Amino acid sequence: MREILARYIRNPAAVLGLVLLLAIVAMAVSAPVVFPKDPLGLAGRPLQWPLGNPRFWLGTDPSGRDIAAQIFYGARVSLLIGLAATAISLLIGVAIGAVAGYYGGLADDILMRITEAFQTLPNFLLLLVLVAVFGSDITTVTVAIGLVSWPPTARLTRAEFLSLRNREFVQACRTLGMRDARIIFAEILPNALPPVIVYASVVMAVSILLESALAFLNLSDPNVASWGNLIGAGRGVLRTQWYVSAIPGVAILATVLAVSLVGQGLNDALNPRLKGGAS
Amino acid sequence: MAQPPPPSSPILSVEGLDVRLPAGGDRPFALQGVSLELERNEILCVVGESGSGKSMTANAVLGLLPPGVRAVAGRILFDGSDLLTLAEDELRRVRGARVGMIFQEPMTALNPLRTIGDQIGEMFRIHTGLGRSEIGRRVLALLEEVHIPDPAAAARAYPHELSGGQRQRAMIAMALALEPAVLIADEPTTALDVTTQARILRLIRDLQRRKGTAVLFITHDFGVVAEIAHRVVVMQHGAVVEQGPAAAILNRPQHPYTQALIAAVPPLAPPQHAQPVAGPPILTIEGVTKTYRSGQLFRRRTVDAVRDVHLALAKGSTLGIVGESGSGKSTLARCIVRLLDPDAGSIRLDGIDLAALSRRELRARTRRVQMVFQDPYGSLNPRRRAGELVAQGPMVHGMPRAEALARARALFELVGLDPESVGRYPHEFSGGQRQRIGLARALALEPDVLVADEPVSALDVSVQAQVLRLLADLKERLGLSMIFITHDLRVAAQVCDRIAVMKEGIVVEEGVAAELFAAPRHAYTQALLAAVPGRGWTQPAGADGPAAAAARAAAS
Repeated sequence: MREILARYIRNPAAVLGLVLLLAIVAMAVSAPVVFPKDPLGLAGRPLQWPLGNPRFWLGTDPSGRDIAAQIFYGARVSLLIGLAATAISLLIGVAIGAVAGYYGGLADDILMRITEAFQTLPNFLLLLVLVAVFGSDITTVTVAIGLVSWPPTARLTRAEFLSLRNREFVQACRTLGMRDARIIFAEILPNALPPVIVYASVVMAVSILLESALAFLNLSDPNVASWGNLIGAGRGVLRTQWYVSAIPGVAILATVLAVSLVGQGLNDALNPRLKGGAS
Repeated sequence: MAQPPPPSSPILSVEGLDVRLPAGGDRPFALQGVSLELERNEILCVVGESGSGKSMTANAVLGLLPPGVRAVAGRILFDGSDLLTLAEDELRRVRGARVGMIFQEPMTALNPLRTIGDQIGEMFRIHTGLGRSEIGRRVLALLEEVHIPDPAAAARAYPHELSGGQRQRAMIAMALALEPAVLIADEPTTALDVTTQARILRLIRDLQRRKGTAVLFITHDFGVVAEIAHRVVVMQHGAVVEQGPAAAILNRPQHPYTQALIAAVPPLAPPQHAQPVAGPPILTIEGVTKTYRSGQLFRRRTVDAVRDVHLALAKGSTLGIVGESGSGKSTLARCIVRLLDPDAGSIRLDGIDLAALSRRELRARTRRVQMVFQDPYGSLNPRRRAGELVAQGPMVHGMPRAEALARARALFELVGLDPESVGRYPHEFSGGQRQRIGLARALALEPDVLVADEPVSALDVSVQAQVLRLLADLKERLGLSMIFITHDLRVAAQVCDRIAVMKEGIVVEEGVAAELFAAPRHAYTQALLAAVPGRGWTQPAGADGPAAAAARAAAS
């Protein structure tokens, strides 16, 4: 464990990602303290440029709302959606992948055909359908994002299980008389998890992007201050007051970059041998 | 043992070679002060256990050291030039053309996407300016020389279409293509079956004699040394501890480490004092059959892994199941512990048919038959502490955690491990120690029958001897009955009361070990026995004296 941490710290890109991520988390946590008022309430004259008014240092949007406040509160929404959707996607993906990989045969065939059915549909289209059918409050959106992003996790988990299930330590557990559920979750899963955890960072980045894309199309929950909603609000004034869309865009970019760098750093720390040369 | 050739000047000499390992390893040097000379027209065996530096020596000669590993002192003289000072492009002209190399695993050393003939022909395309038809002709001649059946077909075949022995023959043909002055063979027969190994060894010896090539032969197996070597170099911890003519080293070893190594080689004859155990059978196997099915809907392939096997294990005895790879011996073992479900037949333990039990019943009864696995690295979950691994079994069967952990400590003591090490992870143990953990795990459930699948095959010979002694001792003390799967007839001779020989899923011969070794009835058993390397060599009696016993203790 300490060794993994040491390898992670030695990787400058990974440390940069972690610092960035912590900054975004700090923004999310401190939002109600820094901006005690409702971020969606009318704050001042609309479309003030950033740095023009000391009260609104990132300016205001077309409805006269404070952009800085929306960025801070948006960090909460984006991180929450990212974490919750990733958790849902991991839960489904790992369970399906583990069962398919461990049992093989008919169970594998059925579960993998279902996975492929999901994969053949572009996940954003599927997401649009789900949101169109079930409505667009923030919980539904989060669950829907989780529901469309599990197939790659399932395939990855299955591949790990396929290679681990015939290892002798698994056979040893079976000869000891252990139940299948315990072998799958207590014995094999911890060994299969490192690549899945790394992949979770990709799922999280994609979830944040998906929510922003929905919001841009005005299909996300309009009652929360999300970055995507802000980008959507700036769409109409994109040519003159471009900052309204650009500022939340940079926030999304920074978050996705941070999550990806952390994931890549974790990958290198957990699999040191894959990274060039003998070490 | 082959006759030593007349002395001549060395063609390859290694002088005071030091090879440094990257910082942070378990030792600073892979090789320290290694000096050896390879004469023209001789086979020099470099023998040692894992980590002795024998393969590193071969790699240093070819300039194939892993990244971060460097030769820091000494010279490697070949044909008057020092290979250590040559530039990479000069080295490339030496490799393959002047110094040929054969690797342990021919499947990974050959490119799976290109035909055998193409890969052998490449040697000529790189190093000579011969035309296509001439190359084709030479490839066929080479394949003929290594006695591949139907050379023309073999040249057109891809590596996976040949058997392991044929692939190794193709590798040898490739190594010899340009008539190199030196051939380096790194454990070339370790991955092969014993009968195939015997044929490949004979081939290397014949080719060496005919062409006068100097062969540097790396091996861990003293049987192979006895079979092929003119001279022997013994290595330990990266240093040469003893060298000399084969007869002298094998029969009158001087260095305590060599003595210990040779004493640890199990003799081929069963011990005299062994009384054949003839108790009532505790386990009877009747008509067990297992067929593997694979392939898609329209191209079903079936392989009969085990066919109608009848065996009985007498209480308190050891039944050896011996055979080559693909003989079905491991499949049979897995059927006995129900890791696989046999297609037909019964496996009765004290009258209960294990083969007919449902999964649920099996989980409850499984504790009476336990298994020890081959791979000391793969058979322990790397993420669990050693004590937990041993305590797991009793806990599954309802023992409270604290009691199970206490039992684990007692078992550690029983198998000769430090009870204080229960908190360590598997990777912190050596191979032999891991095998002891696996044994403790099996014993934790207090089984009546122990099924051991090649339990010592992955271990060095000195560690192997210790584990075998431990097994014999525990069997005696705990009154275990054992089924012992092995491909190694030397090991089988030492451990087993009765032996069953399997070939292609069928038991071809079964009998008391001493009788089977003295007078094998089936032709296949005779062939197996004849193929054991070094069968003509018996260890010097003195090697097992008090001096050697002390040395053995020092080496372990």
